[in-house]
Amino acid sequence: MIAFLKLLFRNKLAAGGLILFGLVVVLAVLTPILPLANPDATATGDRFQPPFSPDHVMGTDHLGRDLLSRLLWGTRLSLAVGFVAALLAAFLGSAIGIVAGYFGQRTDNIIMRLVDMLMAFPYILLALAIVAALGPGLVNAMIAVAAVNIPFFARNIRGVTVSLARREFVDAARLAGMGHLRIIVFELLPNVAPVIVIAMSTTVGWMILETAGLSFLGLGSQPPQADLGSMLGEARSAMITSPHTSIVPGIMIFVIVMSINLLGDGVRDALDPRLRSGALTRPSAATLVDRGRAPAQDEAPSDQDLLSIQNLSTEFRVGRRCYRAVREVSLQARAGECLGVIGESGSGKSVTALSVMGLVASPPGVITGGAVRLRGEDLLGADYERLRSLRGDKVAYIFQDPLSTLHPLYRVSDQLIEAIQAHHAMPKAQARRRALELLEAVQIPNAESRLSSFPHEMSGGMRQRVSIAMALINDPDVVIADEPTTALDVTVQAQVLAILDDLRRKRDLAIIFITHDFGLVAQLCDRVAVMYAGQIVEEGPAKDLLERPAHPYTKRLMACVPELGQGRRQLEAIAGLPPAVDQLPDGCAFAPRCDKAQPSCKTGLVALRQNVDLPRKVRCHFPEEVA
Amino acid sequence: MSNAVQHNSSATPALKIERLSKTFELASGLLSRKTTAVRAVRPVSLEVQKGETLGLVGESGCGKSTLARMLVGLLPPTTGQIEIEGKALDTANPAAFGRLIQYVFQDPISSLNPRKSIRQIMATPLKRLHGMDKATREPRIREIFASVNLREEFLDRYPHEFSGGQAQRIGIARALAASPRIMILDEPVSALDVSVQAQVLNLLSDLKQQYDLTYVFITHDLAVVEAVSDRIVVLYFGAVVEVGPAENIFKMPRHPYTKLLADSAPVVGRPLAAPDTSHAELPDPLNPPAGCAFASRCPRATALCENSEPHLRSMGDDQFAACHHPLED
Repeated sequence: MIAFLKLLFRNKLAAGGLILFGLVVVLAVLTPILPLANPDATATGDRFQPPFSPDHVMGTDHLGRDLLSRLLWGTRLSLAVGFVAALLAAFLGSAIGIVAGYFGQRTDNIIMRLVDMLMAFPYILLALAIVAALGPGLVNAMIAVAAVNIPFFARNIRGVTVSLARREFVDAARLAGMGHLRIIVFELLPNVAPVIVIAMSTTVGWMILETAGLSFLGLGSQPPQADLGSMLGEARSAMITSPHTSIVPGIMIFVIVMSINLLGDGVRDALDPRLRSGALTRPSAATLVDRGRAPAQDEAPSDQDLLSIQNLSTEFRVGRRCYRAVREVSLQARAGECLGVIGESGSGKSVTALSVMGLVASPPGVITGGAVRLRGEDLLGADYERLRSLRGDKVAYIFQDPLSTLHPLYRVSDQLIEAIQAHHAMPKAQARRRALELLEAVQIPNAESRLSSFPHEMSGGMRQRVSIAMALINDPDVVIADEPTTALDVTVQAQVLAILDDLRRKRDLAIIFITHDFGLVAQLCDRVAVMYAGQIVEEGPAKDLLERPAHPYTKRLMACVPELGQGRRQLEAIAGLPPAVDQLPDGCAFAPRCDKAQPSCKTGLVALRQNVDLPRKVRCHFPEEVA
Repeated sequence: MSNAVQHNSSATPALKIERLSKTFELASGLLSRKTTAVRAVRPVSLEVQKGETLGLVGESGCGKSTLARMLVGLLPPTTGQIEIEGKALDTANPAAFGRLIQYVFQDPISSLNPRKSIRQIMATPLKRLHGMDKATREPRIREIFASVNLREEFLDRYPHEFSGGQAQRIGIARALAASPRIMILDEPVSALDVSVQAQVLNLLSDLKQQYDLTYVFITHDLAVVEAVSDRIVVLYFGAVVEVGPAENIFKMPRHPYTKLLADSAPVVGRPLAAPDTSHAELPDPLNPPAGCAFASRCPRATALCENSEPHLRSMGDDQFAACHHPLED
């Protein structure tokens, strides 16, 4: 609740709206005990007194009634009617929406078509018709306004419910023996409630206006009872001669509706979970770099290294917390080499990959140290234009989910041609030929006809081949593949891997292959780096490292993974969880889970040391015997 | 074929399904009354013995989740019936199923209602399925929670405070709270990290001993299914193509599809080899082939395979395959 208010007050307009609206509500609540004149007492001798006259601060109306008193009593009534109408509409509309969304199919179809019919009438006409049928009066106007707004709630809530009702927790509740009514009330409603509140907060103002509108037409509150709409209606004839009689209620309506709308927008933003995580703040085009000074060309990077990552550190700064996702990672990739980066989720492997081209979302990501050199050129110090010219041209990415990386509304050919033309001025026909060539290279059957397909017309394996073709289309030097086969079936995975392996040999590509699967690393990679809690804990030639892991983490992690052909067995699990990267332990990050840990492991830093006997770097005081 | 998958035991099986199938009707147009039928699961007959772990493998689109949802009553079958310990369950009522058979979901976080505390989530099956009052519920919840190695103070927290592995333990604890005889584990570890995966797999194996359970373990990961199962069923395009003991089925596959699966799995120490099929696409479900669904990808396919659908038949040693030209050793 406190977090909610904080978020709400971060929005200045919403805070203003809240204060203004609070004042109005306080006045409306206090009206009966304020020393006001009787709002209905007529005094024809005092009619049309101007504002600031001795007995009437706001003047009087055409029957000599005190305007201030009528204004406050009228506001009280309008607010009450508006709120009750909103509650009524929210209750009925949400009930209809939840039922339609939960049961779906025919129930949904019938209910929603009825709601559509209701929506097909102009709302004011519908409200007039309802009042005409029920007879004029404030209660009837309220019913009309509520009825007119039911479809809005029903449609909103149905949409939310449809996506919730397919969630697994609803199935789980059914298996736990809950009936339909219980599921709707106890499982769905608590999840839908924020949406109902949001919808209400944005519509209350509107409903107050509609009620005022009906009263203005004489269909709402009946004389002498005052509400804002009827005050305006009665003042209409004197608009020219005594403008204050219409201006006073007019301003009040304006203040109420304006403050409610500002407040409602604020409430909506504060309740929206995407805003809480800061996801709607637009990330900058390249990751923020804040590394003091650029490091010197230390460690004499060899000429063979096509891409060299040196002591890269990347953090996420969220509020007061600082997540150190990548800590001093150094990696090198040569032409024609496949470097595997293996680790569990949260180990920093993807953030390392995204940091290379400044693709980590900023805020909250910040690169705090190190360098990324492509043929010796420091990319972290490069300006955005330079980065953009390299992205997708010299360094290309392949991501896990091709469905979210390919644009759903463009044909495959358009996307491939665009990828070429973004970097090279080339006639369209030539670019198209190149696209066709690439689709054939990734072994897409009927490549010619596939060019004009949309992504959704292809299977997952096919789409991932298109993303590989797109990554390779500008003949890059480096391809960074982030779990490219995790979303694929094993038979398709085998094909995609074979294509990648073949292409890197033919084109002398450097591939950085990020995965959590030892089997894939063994089959595809020349060298492998194992990451844990943002650091490299072991690095060396893939075959050798997988046969004789030296770091206890690598060894234990490999023992966790069942391997085909070993039959039924108990697995050797690692107890505990990886540390959260905002609360890293002192010393070795793996020490709390390591059965070889000594007191010396729990203090000070552990360096990544070159093993004397093997081409291997290990970050451990007590590595396994491997020689 | 309905009697094909018999286990060599005469005791009443824990779970027996007979010619269970599911056909989804798709409306073909807004106004037309014509519908197209998609056969998600073709008639499947299976028996699972008490205390057994039956592995169910297949790639996406093979119907394994549809089959699982029918087993727990979340989806009414089009044909066939389900028997649990000799008693037929013929209503698609999850509450009636719930006391006998429970389900552990793939995505641990989305299977827990974000607005309910763990204690409320745990209490529901005890309250609704077993009618326990609060006083008897509490010790039972604590007991189950201890058996999945979770600390009692977690009971008052909400789902978003847990990691995937912890959330999956909670999902398992909730299923256990119903005191079922059988648990359907639908990809219970595929959303988890490898180090946590092993913890959960070992926990499942301990719980099976402790509570005398029978498992149906669904996954796409051959290594995992081999490590946990007694017998394995391989599904392809909604039908069982091979059944056999876990220790043999991938070592000596009889069906060419099982062999393709086994060869495609990445294994340390085995060189990368692309399977020699020209395309790895499933047949179009709206226009299924007349014969064997695998024929278009199969190197051994003949004219017979194109025209006639093979049925499961014994290949010796408790192994069954639906193939006209099965592989020999």
